[in-house]
Amino acid sequence: MHDAAQGSGFTIALAGNPNAGKTTLFNALTGLKQKVANYPGVTVERKQGSWRLPQGTSDLIDLPGLYSLDATSLDEQIAREVITGNVSGLARPDAVVAVVDATNLERNLYLVTQLFEFGIPVVVALTMIDVFEKQKHEIDTRKLERLLNVPVVRVNAKTGRGRDELAKKVIEVIRARPQVPHELNGGLADQPQHAKIFARYNFISNVVQETVRHNDKEDHRFSEKIDRVLTHKFFGLVILVGVLLLLFQAIFSWASLPMDLLDKGFGSLGDWLRAEMPAGVLTDLVVDGIVAGVGGVLVFLPQILLLFLFISLLEDTGYMARAAFLLDRLMSRVGLHGKAFLPLMSSFACAIPGIMATRTIESRRDRFATILIAPFMSCSARLPVYSLMIAAFFAGKTVFGFVSVGAVLMLAMYSLGIFVAIVVAFILKRTLLKAPPPPFLMELPPYRVPNFRTVFQNMLTRAWLFVKRAGTVILAISIILWALMYFPRDGKSDAFTHDNNVAESQTEVTPEGVTLTPESQQIQHSFAGKLGHTIEPAIRPLGFDWKIGVALIASFAAREVLVSTLSIIYNVGKDDDAQSQTLVQALHDAKRDDGRPAWTPLTGLTLMVFFVLAMQCMSTVAVVRRETNSWLWPIFMITYMTGLAYVAAMLTFQGGMLLGFG
Amino acid sequence: MKSRSEKPTLTQVPIGSAARVVAVNGTNRIARRLMEMGVIPGVRLEVLKTAPFGDPIEVRVRGYNLAMRRSEADAIEVAV
Repeated sequence: MHDAAQGSGFTIALAGNPNAGKTTLFNALTGLKQKVANYPGVTVERKQGSWRLPQGTSDLIDLPGLYSLDATSLDEQIAREVITGNVSGLARPDAVVAVVDATNLERNLYLVTQLFEFGIPVVVALTMIDVFEKQKHEIDTRKLERLLNVPVVRVNAKTGRGRDELAKKVIEVIRARPQVPHELNGGLADQPQHAKIFARYNFISNVVQETVRHNDKEDHRFSEKIDRVLTHKFFGLVILVGVLLLLFQAIFSWASLPMDLLDKGFGSLGDWLRAEMPAGVLTDLVVDGIVAGVGGVLVFLPQILLLFLFISLLEDTGYMARAAFLLDRLMSRVGLHGKAFLPLMSSFACAIPGIMATRTIESRRDRFATILIAPFMSCSARLPVYSLMIAAFFAGKTVFGFVSVGAVLMLAMYSLGIFVAIVVAFILKRTLLKAPPPPFLMELPPYRVPNFRTVFQNMLTRAWLFVKRAGTVILAISIILWALMYFPRDGKSDAFTHDNNVAESQTEVTPEGVTLTPESQQIQHSFAGKLGHTIEPAIRPLGFDWKIGVALIASFAAREVLVSTLSIIYNVGKDDDAQSQTLVQALHDAKRDDGRPAWTPLTGLTLMVFFVLAMQCMSTVAVVRRETNSWLWPIFMITYMTGLAYVAAMLTFQGGMLLGFG
Repeated sequence: MKSRSEKPTLTQVPIGSAARVVAVNGTNRIARRLMEMGVIPGVRLEVLKTAPFGDPIEVRVRGYNLAMRRSEADAIEVAV
């Protein structure tokens, strides 16, 4: 790594059960200098940092949280490959630090017994010892060391206790390579799987019996008292709804201020660049393509930070497992895991953090099924589109005299998304992602005060992954879409991007008598405009003309782009928002080439249905590519979702025509 | 599932009661996972509660709390 020159050359792996305090210890040992990547070919996260040993720094690899090394899950397979030195670009570890939760000794030691069988030097780091002692239990660490024949170090990441000793012991075991207890050595190799598990647990039971004195008074069931409320059949659900409401509030409201600021910031940056750079294609590319495109995605950063702050908090306190416990029955009806609930809820704000949140689901198929349906949840980017259509065609109308049609439609759009998601999940789990249901065995860890450093680091790691995406795939797609709208240039409209005042004087008058700004002329003559004409036959059954087609094409970058593109096409100024009366008026006035109105309420409704179901968000595509580690899934997703959207929109329009709503 | 063997399984243990594991059946995958989590013959399990919709259930084993679906609990043969 960076300071290999003065490094010890040692590679150390950190292994432990989930919830054993492994991440906290990793952070305490490595500080903020961490590298996060994926293992080659899979989406298991690979975290690496440098840890200062007496001999110089070593590479510390944080293995995924594990209960076993039997390679039944992807995480276990990866961990096994790391320990045996079979991951390319990664040296075989010289020693393993096994993180063992003192309050849950028996099950935690199971992984340690498996590590022994790999013949790799092991040091046990005993965590949660403060909690353990507070509960008045006692553990004889020296005796434990003797029985396991490896060093056991009591650590506390918060106070730094045991950190130096741990480093010292690691060097010791690398030098001395102590023999593993003979009960586990050799003899186990030829035995059947089950017999091995029995033998390991028998060994552990004996060790624990000789080293631990449990306090008979069961006051350690503090967590169970909290659980009486939090997983209560009625109050548990009420509290869960409250937690989710708070989460929504954060993502929708609290995030909006920093998002607006970011949006304005990118706007000012664009204006500044436009003023400072010489006029020309390069400036247009930088301002309209790169800054607008990447900026349009980076404005979601506050939402992502907040969501991951919440998720980290919920996971670290132990509440996340309870939420999955409460909802597993509901989710399993459609073949999903209880843990799929939170990613899906988050997707109502934005599918990007939602999809990133599926990492908490261990089973690959369950996780992919969740990813594939997450974009059906109506995200905040659809709101401007719904709002515009409702404002334009359904404003002021009511049903039963008092319920506004707008509210009914809004609810209908959200429900349509959820309904289709359920159906698709049901089908996927029986076809493409068919698998015997993975065992649902989930630890409900004791409630704990979260470690804020771990929480923040987790949040920042996620945010950084997202920013990196924005810098690569999203950048490329932004440039392509910009070019489609920008080229070919016709001489007439060249001036508009440089100086809007000069451009005003170069307007063109269409046959309908509508004046067009150079911006709308340019869009019509661009590749995107031509593409709009090309796809017109295909979208005619949906009641869309080629201008709507152009806006549809642009909206595949991001849904809300529809509004600004319509504004440009209908010539009402770029910065109009969804509530703009000018844009609403323009939609009412817009005519097709044959003079019929381009928009009717039915067209509006059809467009809304299309937007509920279509996969129109390049950022989501990029994130799915990352999270599934293949282009196959995002392409499948675009195809099936957009196909569904097309069919549903056609049914809406043709059905509406038949019923006489044209 | 119950008809396959007449022996009582964990699903029959009432909430708040404890039982001792006699055997772990089910598919190899489920049985192995259960055993790796410490559910092996001879161990004592206590059923703590069920989730609001009746499934999954929460048990206490080897000093920690474990949630499992009824289908998994049915693979655990017990003696009350």
